[in-house]
Amino acid sequence: MIPLQHFLFISAILFCLGLFAVITRKNAIQILMGIELMINASILNLVAFSRFDKVDNTGQMFALFIIVLAAAAVAVALVIIMNLYKRVKSIDPNQSDTLRG
Amino acid sequence: MNLAQVIFYILTAITIGSAAFVVLSQHLVRSVFMLFVTLFAVAGLYVFALADFVALTQIVIYVGGVLVLLLFAFLLSSKESLEGMEKIPSGLLSAHRLPGALISVLFLAVLGFIFFQIDFENLNWIKASVANGNVISVSDNTIRNIGINLMSKYLLPLEIVSILLMMVLIGAAHIARKEPKAS
Repeated sequence: MIPLQHFLFISAILFCLGLFAVITRKNAIQILMGIELMINASILNLVAFSRFDKVDNTGQMFALFIIVLAAAAVAVALVIIMNLYKRVKSIDPNQSDTLRG
Repeated sequence: MNLAQVIFYILTAITIGSAAFVVLSQHLVRSVFMLFVTLFAVAGLYVFALADFVALTQIVIYVGGVLVLLLFAFLLSSKESLEGMEKIPSGLLSAHRLPGALISVLFLAVLGFIFFQIDFENLNWIKASVANGNVISVSDNTIRNIGINLMSKYLLPLEIVSILLMMVLIGAAHIARKEPKAS
């Protein structure tokens, strides 16, 4: 059996890669992909701990809900990015500064 | 080291390597296609964590839905979105990326330190579930249990998620439609 800590280390590495993408990327679609990596890391954590919960399956259940919510979030975010592209002619989040105070 | 562990570590290497490629690549289409590989490998890791249903859902929803949406959005936005990226100096440690790399490496150090400190085998709830036989073994059929739980204990979240999905569908269609020519 694979020990629990190995899953946790893999998910920590995935999470940090996603964080790096979110911080440094200049493209909204790549930022979205970084967020997807972070969500996958957290699902891996939930699923790894869910091995010790055979009766209730809480971890796997929440993993399913997270997958569904991430899909919904990606759909809405892509629509917003397309609208932003139509309006600003760029999908760099730094260039859309009409709301800057 | 038996065969399962060998496959697990190969999957780990594929996951981390392709995720690093996704994050570091300058070419957007290549990184979207490498995200396919990452998500498939992560689904394999879910199988090793004995969650087959979550792995199947990951393949169906993420690979079938989310990535196709991402590709679609990328191909609809034109070449100009790529041209701004050429100016970014590549390399992991250029001045643009050094703070981000520093933050993520420090965060990784914190997480790794925490995971080394905690002795997971001796946590109270894990010891209790091992003592009660509440641990999923390899030969168990978990999908039946998930279905029963989904229809009894988690019925309210399921319904809320279905309502939310309908709201997302309507909202996305509303935002994406062409604005009428207002005066």
